[in-house]
Amino acid sequence: MSSPRTDFLSGVRVSVPILLGIVPFGMVAGVAAVGAGIPAVEALAMSVVIFAGASQLAAAELVGRNAPAVVVVFTVLVINLRMVMYSASIAPYFARQSARWKAGLSYLLTDQAYAVSLLQFERDEETSRRWYYLGVAVPLWVVWQMATVAGIALGSGVPDGWQLDFAVPLVFLAVLVPAVTDRATAAAALVGGGVAVVANGLPYNLGLITAAVVGIVTGLLVEEVA
Amino acid sequence: MAGTDYGSLALWAVILAAGVGTFAFRFSFIALFGRLDDVPEGVERALRFVPAAVLAALVAPDLVYADGAVAFTPANPRLLAGAVAAAVAWRTEDIAATLVAGMATLWMLAFAVP
Repeated sequence: MSSPRTDFLSGVRVSVPILLGIVPFGMVAGVAAVGAGIPAVEALAMSVVIFAGASQLAAAELVGRNAPAVVVVFTVLVINLRMVMYSASIAPYFARQSARWKAGLSYLLTDQAYAVSLLQFERDEETSRRWYYLGVAVPLWVVWQMATVAGIALGSGVPDGWQLDFAVPLVFLAVLVPAVTDRATAAAALVGGGVAVVANGLPYNLGLITAAVVGIVTGLLVEEVA
Repeated sequence: MAGTDYGSLALWAVILAAGVGTFAFRFSFIALFGRLDDVPEGVERALRFVPAAVLAALVAPDLVYADGAVAFTPANPRLLAGAVAAAVAWRTEDIAATLVAGMATLWMLAFAVP
């Protein structure tokens, strides 16, 4: 039987391993912010207001290098442009929520909440969209903030030798691999990754967006041919 | 520790601008959806490839670059650790297992190859 409570709890269950992954990620975000000279309150505000790890890391790095404010904001937005695609992709499932709920659910939208929820929504029509999504997204938000605070508290006390920043691509990798289900998605991933490597030097992280667009077009073309 | 010349006011301005913009991205289609009749079919087909393309684009540079240059060799510990993690992800589809395998491989390589 599907009820708000059981749907919320099954969302929580699925989020647990993801939480293990974002703890080091959040700590790295906190450590990086403090390392760049950002005061603790502002460092935590980045996590609460922006709530998007990769872009927070980029912002901290640029602030540390005294890049112009416009460049910092622009870089954060370019990195987070993919959220528009997630928003479009998940929107049909939230169509019947009130405007206020839509705003709240949107604030919690992340790579992980998107990927996990979409998978479940496609698989099971019965699941309560709102409660399952909240079950995944709310623990992610809480743990992310706690991990950031832990990172801020540790400051630069974490030795670089631990290479905790490597947890970031590993989490993305763990979500990426199951997303590759056929030739077309494999082509999208290979070309997206390849272009990202080649275009890595582009300013303002434009390489990421270029790679995403080229990868998506490749997937469409391969699907057309197959 | 690196300092920044950013004052508190400038930092808050950056954080708020970046936060409001990011929220607008997240809210965009979710807010619009009830008012549009339907997502166009072409858009829907393209969206199927978003996770694979974007995630691969996020991951690949982190694995392939070492000290600012492309290092597509077994001597690049992150490439090797990433390959092990990808194999574990493929077998288990488990985020925690992937994370442990990847970090453990990286640490072993850092320890073995000083």
